[in-house]
Formats: sequence, structure tokens, C-alpha cells
Amino acid sequence: MSLPRPRLDALGAVLVAAGAAALFFLPFVVFKSNRIVPGDPRTLGAVLTGWGALGCEAALALAAAAALWIADARVRLVLALTGVVAVALAAAAAGNALTPPGNLVVRIAPGAAFWTLLICLGLLATDATTRLRPGPALRVLLLAGSLGIVGLSLAHGTFDHLSVMREYAVNAARFARELRQHLALAFGSLAAAVIVGLPLGILCHRLPRLRPGVLTTLNIIQTIPAIALFGILMAPLGALAAAVPLADRLGIRGIGAAPAVVALFLYSLLPIVANTVAGLKRVSRSAVEAAHGMGMTARQVLLGVELLLALPVILTGIRVVLVQNIGMVTVAALIGGGGLGAFVFQGIGQTAIDLVLLGAIPIVTLAFSAALVLDALVEAMDRVKASA
Amino acid sequence: MSVLRPATVLRVAALALLIAFLVTPQSFAPLFAPLTQYGAPPIYDQGNLLTLALAQLGTVCVAAAASTVVAVGLGVLVTRQRGAQFLPLSRTLVNIGQTFPPVAVLAVAVPLVGFGERPTLIALFAYGLLPIFENTLVGLRTCPPAVLEAASGMGLSARQRLFAVELPLAMPLILEGVRLSLVINVGTATIGSTVAAKGLGEVIIAGLLSSNTAFILQGGLLTGLMAILLYDALSALERRLLRTLTLD
Amino acid sequence: MITLESLSKRYGESTVVNQVSLEIERNSITVIVGTSGSGKSTLLRMINRLIEPSSGRVLIDGRDTRAEPAHLLRRRIGYVIQGYGLFPHRTVAENIATVPRLLGWEAARIAARVAELLEVFQLDPGKYAASLPHELSGGQQQRVGVARALAAEPAVLLMDEPFGALDPIIRAKAQDDLLGIQRRFGTTIVLVTHDMDEAFRLGDKVAVMSQGRVLQYDRPAMLLIRPTDPFVTRMTGLADRALRLLSLISAAEAAVPGTSEGPAVQGSASLRDALSELVWSGADSARVVDADGTARGCLTVAAILAHGRP
Repeated sequence: MSLPRPRLDALGAVLVAAGAAALFFLPFVVFKSNRIVPGDPRTLGAVLTGWGALGCEAALALAAAAALWIADARVRLVLALTGVVAVALAAAAAGNALTPPGNLVVRIAPGAAFWTLLICLGLLATDATTRLRPGPALRVLLLAGSLGIVGLSLAHGTFDHLSVMREYAVNAARFARELRQHLALAFGSLAAAVIVGLPLGILCHRLPRLRPGVLTTLNIIQTIPAIALFGILMAPLGALAAAVPLADRLGIRGIGAAPAVVALFLYSLLPIVANTVAGLKRVSRSAVEAAHGMGMTARQVLLGVELLLALPVILTGIRVVLVQNIGMVTVAALIGGGGLGAFVFQGIGQTAIDLVLLGAIPIVTLAFSAALVLDALVEAMDRVKASA
Repeated sequence: MSVLRPATVLRVAALALLIAFLVTPQSFAPLFAPLTQYGAPPIYDQGNLLTLALAQLGTVCVAAAASTVVAVGLGVLVTRQRGAQFLPLSRTLVNIGQTFPPVAVLAVAVPLVGFGERPTLIALFAYGLLPIFENTLVGLRTCPPAVLEAASGMGLSARQRLFAVELPLAMPLILEGVRLSLVINVGTATIGSTVAAKGLGEVIIAGLLSSNTAFILQGGLLTGLMAILLYDALSALERRLLRTLTLD
Repeated sequence: MITLESLSKRYGESTVVNQVSLEIERNSITVIVGTSGSGKSTLLRMINRLIEPSSGRVLIDGRDTRAEPAHLLRRRIGYVIQGYGLFPHRTVAENIATVPRLLGWEAARIAARVAELLEVFQLDPGKYAASLPHELSGGQQQRVGVARALAAEPAVLLMDEPFGALDPIIRAKAQDDLLGIQRRFGTTIVLVTHDMDEAFRLGDKVAVMSQGRVLQYDRPAMLLIRPTDPFVTRMTGLADRALRLLSLISAAEAAVPGTSEGPAVQGSASLRDALSELVWSGADSARVVDADGTARGCLTVAAILAHGRP
């Protein structure tokens, strides 16, 4: 009796085909003599020799085999992650190999093959992780672990010769400042929106007559594009700064962070208010009645029962707002608000893709992390509620 | 003659206002003049407002069409028996599409496809997938099982069942997803102007660069008005469809 | 006309249908009755291949049902389920026209057939043809469901608890209507139910199923007189078997020539109903009359009681 032929995994086949095509036909890195020229492509084979190349290719071959034939999700995940590490290290090594010693002008940029391989391996890892269905705590742990490893290797200098890190080296102090600014704007506007939006939501829930008016107004605000709202607020805030010197000294000016924060605050109100109302609506009437019946005051019922039970939905609203705001703060750079968007737009203006990446990669990482952590929090709360 | 409800009156008025402003912008000059300083032009004069508005609408619609095709196709695929294994991954990917800030997608796409409409289309496409995909899933999954069984029992092939029963019944929900996606993208599309895509964002950015609040307001209000009217029109369409399909 | 040959269906470890063989005659109503979990619905679904058998086969007019693609087979078999599954987004007329359209009938023929069926099922075409299912009552939806199944003039009609969602008053009428339809169109009907009364009322032959097996397949009277399994007796009911037997015979069948002073009883009524009338009135005998009043004979209590014994 012959062994049954192992079934080919459909997703794996697609990913392996794409990855292999990229590896052989697309450039792995791009050698640029300075930061502005387009540069020449180099394939992986041309850049790495000896053990390095062998190691990288072996890791990729293993990952491909797992993708095609192995059904065990844990094996797929481990081999995919190994592939990612191999590709990253190969890029770093390419950077080291192609940079003449002491030369600070040359830029080695990751090429199309690098990104394609990263995406394919990433999809493989994501698919495997989703199949394993890790709990919320484990997911946050995995995120922290990955970020930690990446952070350590960046600090250690492994990737120093790659173009993005070169840009960072030039802009290091500014990067730290803009990153802080970005986080301050995103979280600041979120905090303000929660402080105002939560009570407003509770009010709308208690007085249904208010709901259409409030929600429609907030909806209309949402339809005004971000940059327009930023711009519209500049004039009144500028006038305010001119009229009230205290405001100017506090930093509330027509340009800069103030219009951005106010605009983001207004944008964030709708998800918070809408989700607060929706969350409170879903709280079971019998639980509230029982609480009243036990002698809890209205305030105790609100804080101890209703808000607690509505929390998952409210947190979902906060998650939406945080991710949205992290993205929109990028645009605030256009009106002088600072933040990582400054790098993005400067890079677009100078056609320096590495500068764009210097801004874009942290923004995307922040957005993902925020989404993952808050989703995990919501799921953890739902589980607690379910088991209670 | 039926009594005109206040909502209808508002709707028609808003539409009239929008068209009037796009076709004869200069007639609104006196309204915007107080917002300008040093004799700057009150009405955007570096391009035709109507053309820009239509260009923006066009970009949004093309991106929405692409998102719809991909999201609905994916939704159909993962609700079939053979495609069920792709459901978790599809969900994750579509979620990623929405988590990626559109500005970042725009910025990263520019070196790949150049400036102009193309990176904007890519950003809007990715951002608009989630509402349509999730709604397609819910729509297809909540088809009454008796109807599906009767359809199979009567001799409809799987393909006929999909097109004659499942998709029509899921249509209201899918349309709601498309509506959400479209309306959000009308506003998001203005960012495309930072990479030279034609649209009302151009007006806003010109205003930002020259500190001309009139320009900023024009761009912003026109976009907002377009978004609201689109939202409204599609809501009405959805309500019509729902009435024929009271599935309750 | 329909031959089920050693049909079995297994899901993993459990066997839902176990080696069922049945021969279903043309132009008859066969009722498969059993408790929930007995496998009766699965058995029904194997006839039109909504469920593929693990082993065994189904022959319709000598042809194996696997000889053609399943969806083509099903266009020649009517199928009604509890809940009916009417297409909510199509009008009544469009619902009924579904299978004829799939088969490519011309528009005129389809329209004529839809009109005919609406009339047979007592649905005013003017009022209901263009209505949507949610605008109809439960009873009307049930009738549309059956009409839709019969639209393409199938030789076989499969029904799975088609009257389950109706309230008792409408249910009786619907069952009588089905008998009339069967007689009119000559369709071979296979009906699944858990209701023994329904089985006795409708079935020319009844198959009693339990745990995937058919325990007995026979005329209803035989299930009472010569049950082959204690379960059959439990299902048909030991306590009132005599009355059940009486319910199978009509007054017209049992009437003897003669007259009586007693109450009038419809010829179409069962002996059980006749007995009930006689007990209520206290009379010894009853006159049997047709619907239009013509005398058919008379029945005495003693005669009726004799019919109630095997």
C-alpha cells in the first residue's frame, strides 16, 4: 500500500509561487550612490555569498515546504518566522557587504523582492497564528516579544547600513521629538474625546430626544475632510491667540498642534458617543432593575453596573478612535503640528522614499499595536463577562 | 399633491446649493470675501471647481467599485465550503487594510506607482474593503436556511443559488457596506491631493499654503456636502430595497 | 415506481439511516413516520440527493438517481419543507414559476400553469399573483409552497413536515386539500411526519421508522391489526387502536341498504366520527347521506363496533 500523497495547501501554493517569483526576478536590494538617485537593483544571489546565502535559502526552502505540505499550524508559524528572520538578516548583511567602509553617503535600500518575501512570509505566519487562535493575553505577549526583538536588533545596530536606518541616524534627535509629539497628539485628543464624549453619550442614552440631533451633528463633522477641518480651525484659533495672550503662551495658536488637537477631538466624538449609547442600550434591563432593587443609588448603578457592562462596546469605540487618530496625526504635519507625518511629507517632497519609510513604518506599527492591544482588551472583557 | 417632508426639502436645497456653487462659483464670492485677507481671491481660481469635484467623485467611485468587487468576491469565496479555510486570513487582511492609515498607504504607494490618482486609488481601495467584506459575510450568512434548502431542493445549481437567491437577499447589507465605504472615502480622498491627485483637496491645500480660509472652507464644505448627499441618496436606495425584502 | 435499495447514511461513528429498502408505488401517498432522530428526514433527502447515501441506491422508474447531475434530477422532483422556503424577494407568481423557468418552458405555458395552480389552491390570482410572501398568511404560504413544488408537473413530490407550522384547524383542511391534489394530478407523494394521525389520514401505505430502520411498511390498517414490533404499537397507540381502525373506514363504505330514524351522517365521514355522533345523540343507528343529500344507507352501532375489531 503506497502512502497517500500529501495534500497541497492552496494558500501555501499561492504564497510560495509569489515568493519564489520575487526572489528570482525582482531585486533584493537597491544600491544607491546617494539618497536621491533611483539606484541599481541587486538580486539576493549577487549580494550574498557562501554560508550567508546558503543559510537564507535553506530557511526560505523550509518555509516553502511547510507552506505547501505541512498542516500543523505551529510548525508553519515557526518556519515562517524563521524565514522572516533570515530575510531580515540577509538584508542587513547585504547592507554591510555593499557599503564601502566609512562611506556615509551610499544608501542600500530593501528592494521589491525583500518586501514581497516579507509579505508572503508574514501572511504565512498570520494565517498560522489565526489558525492557532491564541487568547488575548498571548497575542499581546507575542506582539511585545516581536517589538522587543526588533527594537533590540535596531539598537544593536544590525540594520545600521540599510537606507532607512541611515536616514534615522541623520535625523535621530528630531525623530524622538516627532515621535513624542505624534503620541501626545493622538492620545491627547483621545483623552479629551473620552472626557467629553462619555458623559455626552450617557446623556444621549438617558434622553433619547437628544440622540438624533447630537448624532447627526457629529456625523456631519465626520464628513468634513481632515485637512479641511484642520484648516478651518486655524483662523478662529489664530484669532483667539491674538486676542488672549495667555492662550498664545499656552501654545494655542493658529498653526501648530492646537488646530490638529481640536479637529481630532471633534472627529473622535462620534465613535465614542455612538458606542457609549449602543453599549448602554445593550445592557440588560433586568440587571439594572436588580441593581436598583438592591438599593444602589443611580450613580452607583451607572458606574458599577451599566458602564461596566457597556465597557466592551465603549472600548471598541476607543480602539476605532485611537487607530484613526494615529493615522490622522500624520496629516497634522501639513499645518505644522509636527509628528511623524513631518518625515512622510518631507520625503514625498524630496522624493526620498527612505524618509517616507522612516515616518510611515513607525506610524503603521503604532496603529497595529494599538489595534491589537485594544482588541485583546475587549476580548478579555467579553470573556470575563461570559464566564461571570 | 403629497406634503413635502422637511427632510426632503433639506435634501433638495442641499443638492441645489451644491450644484449652484459648482456651476457658478463666482456668484458666491461675496459670501467668502470676509474670510480673506489682503485682497486674496475669495473663490478658488486655479482650477474649475466642478471638474475637481467630479474628479474626486470619480476617484472615489472607481476605488469603491474595485473594493466592492474584491470584498464581495472574497466574501462569497469564504462562505463556500471549499473556501471556509480562508476565512480567518481574509478577515485579518481586510482588518489590516483598515488599520493601515490611508496617509501611510499613500506615502508608501507613491514610489511604487508614482504620483497622482494611482496611489490614491490604492489607499482608498484598501481602506474601503472592511465594511463591504464584513457586511457581505453577514448578509450571506443570515440567508434563511429554509430558503436555501428549498432552492437546492428545487434544482437550482450552486451558481444559480448564489446569483438568484443568496446575493439578492444579501444585497441590502452589501449596499450598506458600500455606502459606508463610499462616504468615508469621499472625505479621505482629499488627502490624495498631497500627492497631486485631482480633487477638492487641492483647494484646501492651496488655502493652507496661502493662509486663505475661504479656500479651505470651500474645499471642506463642498466635500462634506457631497458626502452627505451621497450618504442620503444611498440610504434611500437601501430603504427601498429593504421594503421588498422584509425578512423579519 | 421509487425503489430504495439498502439505503444507509453514516456520519462518522453514528448510523442515521440503516439499510432501508422500500418499494413506493406510483400514484400513491406514502407516509414515513417516526420520532425525531429516527432518520426519516435524512431518508427523504436521499431520494432527491440533497444528502448523498453512504451506501445503497435510489431508483426512480428503474433509473438510478445518480445517473445525472443532482440539480437536474431535482427539477423533476417536487420538494416541500417545513418553513416552505419561499423566496422573499420574488412574488408568488415568480416563486411558482421557478422550476418551469429553469426547465425553459415558454412564457405562455408558464403563465397558464401558474394561473391553473393558483386556482387549484384557492388563491385569487388577481390578488395574490403579484404579492410577496411576507404579505401572505401562514396557510397561504403553505399552499404557495406546495403549488411551487408541483409547478413543473413532477411525477414525484417529497414533503418534509409540510403541515407542521399550521394551526390545527387549517392543518386539517390542508391535509384534505393534499388528498384532492394527489387525486387530481396523480403525483406519487412521499411525506415525512412525526404525527401518527396525519399518517393515518393521508397514507395509502405507512412506513414506521425508528433509529434508522424501517420497522414496518404496510397499509395503515395492517399496522393496527398486525404490528410487527412493539414500537409500532407504541406509535400507533394501544389504547385507542380500535378507534383508529374505525377512522380508516368511511361511513359510505360501511353503509348497508336501509333507512334509519337516527341522525344524518356524511358518507365521507369516518366510522369513528359516525360512532361519536351516535354516542352523543343516544340513537342506535344513523342515516348515511351524501354531500348533496342523497341517501346512501344506514349504519347501526353494532355494525360500527364490528368494524373496529381486526
